[in-house]
Amino acid sequence: MASKTHVTTTVNGDEHQYLCEPTQTLVDVLRNELELTGTKEGCSTGDCGACSVMVDGVLVCSCLTLAVETDGKSVETIEGMAGGGELTPLQRNFLELNGLQCGICTPGILIAAKALLDRNPDPTESEIRFWLAGNLCRCTGYDKIIRSVLAAAEEMRGN
Amino acid sequence: MSDTVQPSHPVGQRVPMIDGPDKITGRANYTADLPAIGALAGKILRSSEGHAEVAEIDAGAAEAMPGVIAIVTGADCDKTFGVLPVAMHEYPLARDRVRYRGEPIAAVAAIDDATALAALAKIKVTYKPLPTYYKAREAIAPDAMDLHEKRPGNIERLTEFDLGEVDAGFAAADLVREDTYQCAEVCQVQIETHAALADYDVERDQLTVHCSTQVPFYVHLMLARCLDMPKGRIHVVKPHVGGGFGCRTETLNVELICAMLARKAGGAVRIVLTREETFITHRGRPETEIRMKIGLTKEGRITAVECESLQRGGAYSGYGIVTNLYSGSLLYALYDIKSVRYTGTRALTNTPPCGAMRGHGTVNIRFAFEALLDTMAGELGLDPFAVRRANLLKAPTFTENDLMVKSYGLPECLDWVEEASAWQPRKGTLPSGRGLGMACSHYVSGASKPVHWTGEPHAVVNLKLDFDGAIVLLTGAAEIGQGSSTVLAQCVAEVMGLDMSRIRVVASDSRVTPKDNGSYSSRVTFMVGNAAIEAAENLKGILIEAAARKLDAQPQDIECLGEVYRAASQDRGIDYEAVVSAALEDTGTITTKGTFSTIPESHGGKKYRGAAIGGTMGFSYAAQVVEVTVDPDTADVKIEKVWVAHDCGFALNPLTVEGQVQGSVWMGMGQAMSEETRFHDGMPVTANMLDYRVPTIVESPDIEVKIIESIDPNGPFGAKEAGEGSLSGFPGAVANAVADALGVRMTELPITPDRLMAAIETYEKEQRARRGAA
Repeated sequence: MASKTHVTTTVNGDEHQYLCEPTQTLVDVLRNELELTGTKEGCSTGDCGACSVMVDGVLVCSCLTLAVETDGKSVETIEGMAGGGELTPLQRNFLELNGLQCGICTPGILIAAKALLDRNPDPTESEIRFWLAGNLCRCTGYDKIIRSVLAAAEEMRGN
Repeated sequence: MSDTVQPSHPVGQRVPMIDGPDKITGRANYTADLPAIGALAGKILRSSEGHAEVAEIDAGAAEAMPGVIAIVTGADCDKTFGVLPVAMHEYPLARDRVRYRGEPIAAVAAIDDATALAALAKIKVTYKPLPTYYKAREAIAPDAMDLHEKRPGNIERLTEFDLGEVDAGFAAADLVREDTYQCAEVCQVQIETHAALADYDVERDQLTVHCSTQVPFYVHLMLARCLDMPKGRIHVVKPHVGGGFGCRTETLNVELICAMLARKAGGAVRIVLTREETFITHRGRPETEIRMKIGLTKEGRITAVECESLQRGGAYSGYGIVTNLYSGSLLYALYDIKSVRYTGTRALTNTPPCGAMRGHGTVNIRFAFEALLDTMAGELGLDPFAVRRANLLKAPTFTENDLMVKSYGLPECLDWVEEASAWQPRKGTLPSGRGLGMACSHYVSGASKPVHWTGEPHAVVNLKLDFDGAIVLLTGAAEIGQGSSTVLAQCVAEVMGLDMSRIRVVASDSRVTPKDNGSYSSRVTFMVGNAAIEAAENLKGILIEAAARKLDAQPQDIECLGEVYRAASQDRGIDYEAVVSAALEDTGTITTKGTFSTIPESHGGKKYRGAAIGGTMGFSYAAQVVEVTVDPDTADVKIEKVWVAHDCGFALNPLTVEGQVQGSVWMGMGQAMSEETRFHDGMPVTANMLDYRVPTIVESPDIEVKIIESIDPNGPFGAKEAGEGSLSGFPGAVANAVADALGVRMTELPITPDRLMAAIETYEKEQRARRGAA
């Protein structure tokens, strides 16, 4: 077995130091080493987007990212989205407009939607669809996901 | 005080799901997320052969590996399992013979995934290959070898019935047409892969299993059977579940294998299947070939129907008999049809076993029926809506196969989708390449006779009320994302007049919750909802008695305003918590119970073997219009918009009803447009989410939902099912829309560009030949 690598990653603002195999994926480390199981693994091949996280502000599939790649970088997961007991407008709109059912794709979709709104606070419906094309949901038919993102964007713009 | 207090009425409100906060924060624990310090990693060795005798399994080298704690093979369990008592033919791990590629043969529990996988690679299996049958017709050919001793000819079930006057009906018709339809096999592809966590307590000989199931009670039964343990020593918990859609409505081998490993290892073992393994575990909708024949009068009245279907069931029985029966029985109860002849054949093949996928048994048949009806309407020069309206049922009624219909909102569904889609002004006037199509559908609100018939009520709910005033709702109903816990809490809060925040739901934990058959056949809202209402009525009765004692009044004079109970003559009453304290004075903690049983008239008939399948307390009804644009150069179909009206009796929660209806229509779209499980010599070649082609958000249309409320006389507050009935209309509606756009009739699903292009070329050739002949 190869020797483990020492990695330092900031996750949701907190610095974590851990040892991992060079082959270990980020989703594996998040879930099994750091016990952050909010990030889900649906396919391990980058097809479903359930494991979406941000690495230094870039949206990635954490199943296609090696943990060692995040050495010295900053990772954002669903656990970091709500702070101080306050839901973000994205989370609240997903809840109130039923943008989720079983919830297993929801953390990934929320992270992906946040990544979109961070760079484009006023997306069109079409822009939302193309941005979220890498996140599969099997329950909703996506309609209420679109409505939730649009409503959150509007609220965040202060309308 | 009481002047301002009004009872809460959460029923009928758009109530966000009560488990939503956990899901949007990442706190919701699914089976793979459950903390389990020291749990071993379980991995499964799967057959590389499609059909073979297993001559030898040599696990010696694997057992000797450091870090390997337990290995189990077929030799560890000689008990079969299966969801239908008449069809339990499957072993958790194959014994002597494998019948599909990927069938579990052995499993390893080791200190980590890598060790377990390395151990699997060291297990040597010697096979003696047998003839393979990957298609239904190959399997039922006269010279084929039987896959199972008890199923001669590889026929799981042949269902035949001939009701009414079919031949006379066709003779009386002005137009008789028949056509053959092919539907590819599809799979649920819920985003959570199958998972189980089993913990065996050696000292006490007790087993706890957490798993991603829709039917914890059935899992409990099969664990007891296959592990040969008393049921009382087993504890089954369903954590959050990441979707089901029917693949988890029966015990899966993963749960049994995980428990076998845990017992052998003497501790905790977790198995999380890969996506490929989840595809192979399957239990999806079978590949189906259908010959449909309909007789119509020139006014559009249906005079007779004849239907033959052949399903490729896969290597084991699963729900197969029931699927085959639903396909026949639900030819009825949507329209007023008297005469139907049905021959349904369910074949056993060397492919992964099929199961009870959403819209169980109805979807492929409904596609064929609605597509053929549309074709014939065109030939007769009738509008598709007019043909449906010429064949409406009148509720209350019983169908020719004895299905009970008490409420029937289909006429209103038709009216709304016709109006909303601007069908009348636009149909027939759209430019080439653009089309409108419509279809209807229905589904049961739970099977009136469960597969495990015990004589018990269909549903039991307990409510616990204690010093804190919280009402704890205890239910076995499996919340899998459909919102069952929310809707049950709404029912109780409505009866009590209390805010939802007073209700806590504990679901699906066999130690504390009453037994429930599980979340399938859209049974929960109707059955468990009614039980919840009864339990709440009983609890309210106790509180009213207590309030009467306190207020020195007669119980019949007490008015319950939720947070206040008062005597009718008084202005001031006493608040809820004081009433609770009064009620607890003599008895301590209060527990009430509600039950629900279906009425015998709903149990279906006896006119043929299995005629009870289809019997239900209430059918949902739906109509939908689909608008498409087809690119003539690429044969790519774009779904522009769907208008769907669904009669769910009464929308207990319109927000989640809409979500269910949209999800149903969309899942029908996936099957109709792109999804397909394909095999190459029995090897799954689409067992990943890219090749299987689940629709993404980009190709998913706007789905406008109208809820129709027919108020079923037996439903909870009039409600019926909402989560399946709209699915089976989509494939027919979109095929009809494509025909409207191009003139080409698609008889094969999914309508992929390659299939449609071939159909366009054939159609154009025929048109040219016809012009040449003329």
